[in-house]
Amino acid sequence: MNSPVTEKIFVKGNEAVAMAALEAGCRCYFGYPITPQSDIPEYLSRELPKTGGEFLQAESEIGAINMLLGASAAGVRAMTSSSGPGISLKQEGISYMAGSELPGVIVDIMRQGPGLGGIDASQADYFQATRGGGHGGYRIIVLAPNSVQEMYDLTMLAFDLSDLYRIPAMVLADSVIGQMKESIVANARPEVVLPEKGWAVRGRGEGTEQNVVKSLKLGDGEMEKFHWMMHDRYQLLADKENRWEEYQTDDAELIVTAFGSTSRISKTAVTMAREAGMKVGLMRPVTLFPFPKPAYAALSERCKLFLTIELSTGQMVDDVRLSVARDAEVAFYGRPPGAGSLPTPEELFEQIAHRYRARPAVAEVTL
Amino acid sequence: MKQVFTRPESLKDVPTHFCPGCNHGTVHRLVGEAIDDLGLRSETIGVASVGCSVFLYGYFDIDVIEAPHGRAPAVATGAKRARPDRIVFTYQGDGDLAAIGMSEIIHSANRGEDITVIFVNNTTYGMTGGQMAPTTLPGQKTSTSPYGRDVSKDGAPFKMAELLAGLDGVAFSARVSLDSPKNVLMAKKLIKTAFQYQVEKKGFSFIEALSSCPTNWGMSPLAANQRVTDEMVPYFPLGTYKNRADL
Amino acid sequence: MRHDVFIAGYGGQGVLLAGNLLSYAAIYEGNNVSFFPAYGVEKRGGAAMCTIVFADGDTGSPVVGSPTVSLLLNPLSFEKYAAKVKRGGVCIVNSSLVDITGVELPGIEIIPIPMNQLALEIGDVRMVNMVACGAYSEMSGALAISSLEAALKKALPERNHRLIPANITAIEAGARAARAKKA
Repeated sequence: MNSPVTEKIFVKGNEAVAMAALEAGCRCYFGYPITPQSDIPEYLSRELPKTGGEFLQAESEIGAINMLLGASAAGVRAMTSSSGPGISLKQEGISYMAGSELPGVIVDIMRQGPGLGGIDASQADYFQATRGGGHGGYRIIVLAPNSVQEMYDLTMLAFDLSDLYRIPAMVLADSVIGQMKESIVANARPEVVLPEKGWAVRGRGEGTEQNVVKSLKLGDGEMEKFHWMMHDRYQLLADKENRWEEYQTDDAELIVTAFGSTSRISKTAVTMAREAGMKVGLMRPVTLFPFPKPAYAALSERCKLFLTIELSTGQMVDDVRLSVARDAEVAFYGRPPGAGSLPTPEELFEQIAHRYRARPAVAEVTL
Repeated sequence: MKQVFTRPESLKDVPTHFCPGCNHGTVHRLVGEAIDDLGLRSETIGVASVGCSVFLYGYFDIDVIEAPHGRAPAVATGAKRARPDRIVFTYQGDGDLAAIGMSEIIHSANRGEDITVIFVNNTTYGMTGGQMAPTTLPGQKTSTSPYGRDVSKDGAPFKMAELLAGLDGVAFSARVSLDSPKNVLMAKKLIKTAFQYQVEKKGFSFIEALSSCPTNWGMSPLAANQRVTDEMVPYFPLGTYKNRADL
Repeated sequence: MRHDVFIAGYGGQGVLLAGNLLSYAAIYEGNNVSFFPAYGVEKRGGAAMCTIVFADGDTGSPVVGSPTVSLLLNPLSFEKYAAKVKRGGVCIVNSSLVDITGVELPGIEIIPIPMNQLALEIGDVRMVNMVACGAYSEMSGALAISSLEAALKKALPERNHRLIPANITAIEAGARAARAKKA
């Protein structure tokens, strides 16, 4: 573990992911080139071998995720990264990892789709990430950084949470956060007490029990028991690991909600609205699975108008609607990804302003 | 009295689910003997595949990872890279290795991963009920080639031992058969050699074992065994196709 | 204080290096910085642009719809982006390549700087980006020339450190030209 670093460095979001992986003790990286995330394998191909780790460019995304499965089963910290088309190919392996209760970090720097789509930013893989993505009914941990600093911090958190809960963890960002450079502090790995990986295959040694990492469950009631156990584990995750950020929500009469890159643009739009005298706040989920439902529920007790903003035709908005009180209204503004057409703060301000002005009158209570 | 035949320590004392006359049990035993003979039991990681060999962990008393269909060489690559001091082998059937997993096997072999691959070729998908496999012989009838394999439409069977022998990363590639005591003894020797090469970090080692599948072939165990001798061995000649020690 | 600047030109004009230089200078002065690049699919000759936001506090949106200051280095970027500058903002134009005769943008101050010409006078047209950075520093007052010069060590790869004196000359030439426009 390095000594704490306080000097600011200026790096790309993708590079911050790679640096954090090294600091987190990642021993193996397996990947396949795809824009806009190739800075991650490029960085790790250079730096991981220096730490005694293994970098391997796989023959395919399918190869890469299964190498991750193998390394993780052998008990080491390992990572892969990709973007939409590659993440789709990895879903098979992610499902097997989920079924085998294997940790492992998967980074998704979202680009446009469906299909080959385009390389500009998108948030249209929200459903794929937060609903598991592959077959069989499972969830993975999904963290959504909105800055280069968080690319660093949340990548390290992804390793810890994944090891702690034995659930694959995804860092879900987009090409804005991946490609932009910001000044960050490369924090030292936090001290987290993690359980021993007694389940890992290491060669059974002398006298120890056989370890088997598998997802096949054919015993009587074995599969049902597994699903309810994981259900409880997801609930535990929701109880303990929800993370979110609120900005100016205390007296807000309209709360904008967005994740990742869109939350950054929204925050400036919210500041503009405040400067124009509007009581507007921002709610940003940092964990997308678990989704911070209780925080939304609490906010909707005092604020009855929400505006969800996404780079899609609406995905996270479903989770917002499921989380708020029944009498709260959830509006939506979407910019499904298109080349070179990111929403601007000015554009979002207009969206906020017209909804704010049209909001139902709130009875003033004078004491 | 001296005991001359016993269960290898690497195998559990349990009955298998394999059909009468199937050679999986024999190959399991030979792999177990090789692991015992080389004293590798405590440091070996097996990678099971999808197919009849999926229950590897139930029969081998070693640590096992179960891989997705065809991906065992990629999973083994990950495990070996994570723990280079361990012995890692995959155990795969023909559909798993030569169809859905062709990319993984070719690339792992070409990288010269220090792993051993045991490939059981019985010319059919056994677990799913006898469909056409990439190694199904020309003219062979299966549940998805009811008129016989048509080479003009389905291509010719893959000869994996020869194919992989052509890759620089491969240290050892051999085809064995289990249709006679003599061939079983040869198989035992070559399987042990394959593991020995991994111990010596010589590179990728590959064993293709021709096997019968009486159930899906619709034959008695004896007739199926005779088919291996009469039809498979002529098409898939036995022998060592690559041996780095010879180079 | 929060500052933003948009830089655009064609590939090869050093737009991204200019953005990096301003970013390092802003960090040197103790700011938080967001640098958001965007470029065409082509490796050379396509459009190149970037946005830099720096602030002593939160940088907020890395995407800026109406920049306070824009540095536009070629005709195409002038056509596309000049009118997007915020009312009351400044548009610094490379007048060696962009003809601004008769162009008026309500509420936007256009500052023509013959960047190619100044760079050529120093001896290398590739210094056009440094001239632009010097002009920005002078016009905005957001970053000191000395910070830009200090930042060169970080922004340039080690193998190009021998070019630092020439870069400083170019930055100062840009600043001088801008100062003349202000007066």
